[in-house]
Amino acid sequence: MSYRLLRVDKEEPGLKERNYLGLSDCSSVDSSTIPNVDKSNLNFKATELRLGLPESQSSERETDFGLLSPRTLDEKLLFPLLPCKDNASATTGHKNVVSGNKRGFADTWDEFSGVKGSVRPGGINMMLSPKVKDVPKSIQDERSQAKGGGLNNAPAAKAQVVGWPPIRSYRKNTMASSTSKNTDEVDGKPGLGALFVKVSMDGAPYLRKVDLRTYTSYQQLSSALEKMFSCFTLGQYGLHGAQGRERMSEIKLKDLLHGSEFVLTYEDKDGDWMLVGDVPWEIFTETCQKLKIMKGSDSIGLAPGAVEKSKNKERV
Amino acid sequence: MNYFPDEVIEHVFDFVTSHKDRNAISLVCKSWYKIERYSRQKVFIGNCYAINPERLLRRFPCLKSLTLKGKPHFADFNLVPHEWGGFLLPWIEALARSRVGLEELRLKRMVVTDESLELLSRSFVNFKSLVLVSCEGFTTDGLASIAANCRHLRDLDLQENEIDDHRGQWLSCFPDTCTTLVTLNFACLEGETNLVALERLVARSPNLKSLKLNRAVPLDALARLMVCAPQIVDLGVGSYENDPDSESYLKLKAAIKKCTSLRSLSGFLEAAPHCLSAFHPICHNLTSLNLSYAAEIHGSHLIKLIQHCKKLQRLWILDSIGDKGLEVVASTCKELQELRVFPSDLLGGGNTAVTEEGLVAISAGCPKLHSILYFCQQMTNAALVTVAKNCPNFIRFRLCILDPTKPDHVTSQPLDEGFGAIVKACKSLRRLSLSGLLTDQVFLYIGMYANQLEMLSIAFAGDTDKGMLYVLNGCKKMKKLEIRDSPFGDTALLADVSKYKTMRSLWMSSCEVTLSGCKRLAQKAPWLNVEIINENDNNRMEENGHEGRQKVDKLYLYRTVVGTRMDAPPFVWIL
Repeated sequence: MSYRLLRVDKEEPGLKERNYLGLSDCSSVDSSTIPNVDKSNLNFKATELRLGLPESQSSERETDFGLLSPRTLDEKLLFPLLPCKDNASATTGHKNVVSGNKRGFADTWDEFSGVKGSVRPGGINMMLSPKVKDVPKSIQDERSQAKGGGLNNAPAAKAQVVGWPPIRSYRKNTMASSTSKNTDEVDGKPGLGALFVKVSMDGAPYLRKVDLRTYTSYQQLSSALEKMFSCFTLGQYGLHGAQGRERMSEIKLKDLLHGSEFVLTYEDKDGDWMLVGDVPWEIFTETCQKLKIMKGSDSIGLAPGAVEKSKNKERV
Repeated sequence: MNYFPDEVIEHVFDFVTSHKDRNAISLVCKSWYKIERYSRQKVFIGNCYAINPERLLRRFPCLKSLTLKGKPHFADFNLVPHEWGGFLLPWIEALARSRVGLEELRLKRMVVTDESLELLSRSFVNFKSLVLVSCEGFTTDGLASIAANCRHLRDLDLQENEIDDHRGQWLSCFPDTCTTLVTLNFACLEGETNLVALERLVARSPNLKSLKLNRAVPLDALARLMVCAPQIVDLGVGSYENDPDSESYLKLKAAIKKCTSLRSLSGFLEAAPHCLSAFHPICHNLTSLNLSYAAEIHGSHLIKLIQHCKKLQRLWILDSIGDKGLEVVASTCKELQELRVFPSDLLGGGNTAVTEEGLVAISAGCPKLHSILYFCQQMTNAALVTVAKNCPNFIRFRLCILDPTKPDHVTSQPLDEGFGAIVKACKSLRRLSLSGLLTDQVFLYIGMYANQLEMLSIAFAGDTDKGMLYVLNGCKKMKKLEIRDSPFGDTALLADVSKYKTMRSLWMSSCEVTLSGCKRLAQKAPWLNVEIINENDNNRMEENGHEGRQKVDKLYLYRTVVGTRMDAPPFVWIL
């Protein structure tokens, strides 16, 4: 089975392979993310929370922080969702993934080096704050690249402020499900309400909600989820031995993924758990009821498209 | 003070129902305090962490009705993580242990679990009324316990909760002997409904006055239900998806005509507009109409419906009604007291359906208007000044301009003068939400004039700490202050620490307060819980000196008599 990813190329006629996970061109810092950048710390590479590959880039980061983990650490991928792209680094990443059915998310994060921005609380918290004055040049560059890639659609790329307008998510979700039925009567408006789904993660103390309509691709979604949940893996380390909070700043995501892998799954309308990334993004948003970041070991057997409810030990 | 025996005084107190009045009574003298506390049956707790159940029960052992509010208001807008707190279970456990005769429970923004619902259902023999608003954490299994075990259940009212619908049979868990239902509202459930069980339940509930269905109830079922319950006063029709040529629709029309007690209507999630006419015969009786989920209803059908509703007191609508539609409301609904206009296009795509003109029209046409929530794209100072002149009786005034820092669209000035006019004219104003471009000036006005203001919501407003200081110094009755994305910092936060003793809570997110400022506050005010919510950046929690200058992303502080809460999750740091 080959999971080939090709770029979305709207100019080409005929059969097109879809880049469902929107890897190639977009950086994580598309125009829907305006990190509140602390300009005194432009060492983005150092601060970014990445789902790195066992490659030179990550090694660099390790040096920066003097981490204890071995260089040879098989950097497990947080969201091994995707089939490999056809280039060398991706293939390497793929081979490191445990099972043949697993796919690597490796390459997504390659593009993001240098632009992930500060560690100011972000996640889905994309601020349209008047305080954000300038965005460092590197981010602007990436953004223009992203636009060239053509994977950002204008409506969702518009910066969304968390919690604004002040409307309950219940209302947003209800309106979304109502208006989706009669779109032919609506005069071509692309916008529907929000679509909040719960996201839980194995071992995390709490779950979050994300509005799927603020993303236009799997890549954006993963990027946001990564930001949101990185603190959990940090927290776990804290629980396991670190005293209080002193060690937090030195712990990096990948250290905690020793021997474990996380997979992003979703529950569809029929109540079945599927791997994220199988279907076109639009269909995914229509069928996804919940998201769950599972430990890889629990999701073995969740082949793409498989219906393996019984394999999930946990009740969601 | 006591010329009468205690029993007489107690009897007098029975007529005093408002909790504010009751609180005042209890302060008069020790004797009244004692009489009042033993006779109080309804207790309102605005912040579940201000007190704990044990102390509550010590003071009010004869408690029958409890209202609890959990998460801060901004949790409604996704600003507070789900696991922040507000757990119901400890309360139920304590109440159950104490064997208090609980009959009513009203919860808002609490985390309710199936376990707590089951415990609730088994612990209080006379339990009658459960009202859940904006709660989460439970499933239809919890509802099944309530249905099965609460023999005298009168009200089951679920408003806008997030309930995991297991598509189970909770409705059939009501025993055949259950005939006492007065309120049944399950509009927020997403799943299929057991229609047979529902119809039988309604048929055996002669006292049923309020029935709000979810979207899964088809038209023919609705028709049958209305035939069973012609005494219905408050009806939520669910999706109301229908075909005007069908037999069901004809039956429905006939059934509606018989519902002469119907006063309140809601639902219509999928409604085909031309089927609204079925309700025209009873519209002249309606006092409350909620079409805020009816995305499909607009234009002439909506107008026609409203033109029949001359006695309307409460109207919740979408902005697709337009300024013209609001003018119709203004000329028809002379009894209107409360209006809410919600945005229909939630991505803010530039739909200018309602503007300041609609608001002015309403203010001119509806002299009894006292509460308004208005989402719009644009506003002017002139319009607000006019509104203030037309309606000096506002109690609640909430204006949300969708672009958070938009100025007066005619003069490009901040909206300070407009809101200033509102607070100056509306001497009874208790709740105010601001939006648009605003400077410190508006807060000066608020501090000067808004003497009765209890709740103020601020977003993207102000220039300096002075703004917040004007409010803290001026608004003597302030209870809840919530601020986001405004440049207020430590100076304002710390200026008058004792002020927070008189307030229920303060929320500040994405402002300029720093960690060291919060720490200083916590030190000065041990009777406050100062919570820092840090979801993503654990580095923030550093104890180092220089880290103290880091800005706090979310601050929530509230007075409490029971100290630091024990159930805070790791991302909440209580100073």
